[in-house]
Amino acid sequence: METVVDLDAALFEGLCRMGDTTLVLGHRVSEWCGHAPVLEEDIALANMALDLIGQTQLWLGLAGDVEGKGRDADALAFRRDAWEFRNLLLAERPNGDFGQTLMRQFLFDAWHQPMLKALEGSKDARIAEIAAKAGREVAYHLERSADLVIRLGDGTEESHKRMQAALDTLWPYTGEMMMADDVDRTLAEAGVMAAPDSIRPTWEALVAEVLGEAKLKAPEGAYMHKGGKQGTHSEHLGHMLATMQWLQRAYPDAKW
Amino acid sequence: MYAQMVKSEATNEDPEKLAAFQARIDAGEKIEPKEWMPEGYRKTLIRQIGQHAHSEIVGQLPEGNWITRAPTLERKAILLAKVQDEAGHGLYLYCAAETLGVSRDELTEALLSGKMKYSSIFNYPTLNWADIGAVGWLVDGAAIMNQVPLQRTSFGPYSRAMIRICKEESFHQRQGYDIMMKMAQGTPEQKAMAQDALNRFWYPSLMMFGPSDKDSVHSAQSMAWKIKINTNDELRQKFVDQTVPQAEYLGLTIPDPELRWNEEKGGYDFSEPDWSEFFEVIKGNGPCNAERMEARQKAWDDGAWFREGLMAHARKRAAAKVAAE
Repeated sequence: METVVDLDAALFEGLCRMGDTTLVLGHRVSEWCGHAPVLEEDIALANMALDLIGQTQLWLGLAGDVEGKGRDADALAFRRDAWEFRNLLLAERPNGDFGQTLMRQFLFDAWHQPMLKALEGSKDARIAEIAAKAGREVAYHLERSADLVIRLGDGTEESHKRMQAALDTLWPYTGEMMMADDVDRTLAEAGVMAAPDSIRPTWEALVAEVLGEAKLKAPEGAYMHKGGKQGTHSEHLGHMLATMQWLQRAYPDAKW
Repeated sequence: MYAQMVKSEATNEDPEKLAAFQARIDAGEKIEPKEWMPEGYRKTLIRQIGQHAHSEIVGQLPEGNWITRAPTLERKAILLAKVQDEAGHGLYLYCAAETLGVSRDELTEALLSGKMKYSSIFNYPTLNWADIGAVGWLVDGAAIMNQVPLQRTSFGPYSRAMIRICKEESFHQRQGYDIMMKMAQGTPEQKAMAQDALNRFWYPSLMMFGPSDKDSVHSAQSMAWKIKINTNDELRQKFVDQTVPQAEYLGLTIPDPELRWNEEKGGYDFSEPDWSEFFEVIKGNGPCNAERMEARQKAWDDGAWFREGLMAHARKRAAAKVAAE
């Protein structure tokens, strides 16, 4: 684990954690375009991907400003390699079936929404402003993903089975969202970003309520994967970046 | 313009009723879903609106092909918004078709079984990033050419859907042209991509208007009913006249050695597309027909458990509500 004491360096890390997570999840969601089970879902997924990419522009834009080395949001998104990415592992999980995509979204939204709420209270006005804007979008994401998890968990036998399988598969990637490291603690002490562990009670209560209504059961005592926030990813991220960054890398002198 | 070669149905109803109906159309009145209409009018509209809706849905695929590879966050966001608009257009159009007594599921089944078609243009691949510019500039440009007059079509729900859709389509066209500008003014490789995109999309865009229909009985009936407003040739000419100066401004060459200004007619002379290619694409032999249908079929099949799950939950809720009362 790295130790970062310098506040600006920690802030750059913290902002990349937010922006890389929305970028990577937005990319995953956008992979559904034209392939969703009903037209309304095609529309909703494109809308959600659009929100997440918009939030990426804000978080990574601010990260570039804080860093002060002349990198803008695009430079950070398209010109860093996998080990420089700071997204949560949950965000890079492959889409799987539609149930896995929805469950991933719900488990994330249930963290994202209270996290943004907490960030609205940041001492850094720039962070508070982004959090307020993103929070309005994410409140809707959570409402939608929670509702669908309930309906499919308590739908047919098959939909229940698929949602339970999705929950079992993704559960070990939830712990990382609420684990604090030195970066998080530095930022929390300075009052600029909320500590991830402070989100746990809200997340747990929300998830328990929705899973209860959905008749789904969270696995007990599961091992929790970690490392994404520090730049150690699954094999999946490299492939995603190979696709995402290809044009920028192949034609580095081009303006688009 | 996502409806091609829509056959209009013959109609053999009470001549008095037909004459009264025609008089309403001639007077510029809108026909609303609950009002009497000839069976042929209803069926032709279902076919045309359905084909248009299917085109919006299948049209997500060639553009979706580049969302994950869009070169900047801004371009990615714009493309996502565009594809989302297209799915939205599909939704309004299916709703407009539903007012004529056909469900979205029935229309979807007809698409998947091959009984209904979508525009030939979406059977062409998007091979480089400039294709996303060319699709906006040329494909949406051709679509607008046809849809602007359709805002005045006689069927109320279709006309209202077109008014809304046209606003968004002109926005898409400008965004497409903006990509072409960046590419045409960019590095030599970017300019080559832009020219390559124009070379591949030019003739398929001209095909979007359908073959010449000046002697078609079907077209005459559709025009009398104001389901079709202009002939295919009129629209194609207008499209060429509008697009040639735009290509010149970009410094790109339209791939037609016969293209020249005709002072007398006040428009360009241009080469016809290869209509045998068009008929092959319509028959299913275009470069992407198989993939497009496979993708839609897979989305439908893989989504069955999802749709059934939602229905089952709704039934449980309804039953619980009844039990509680």
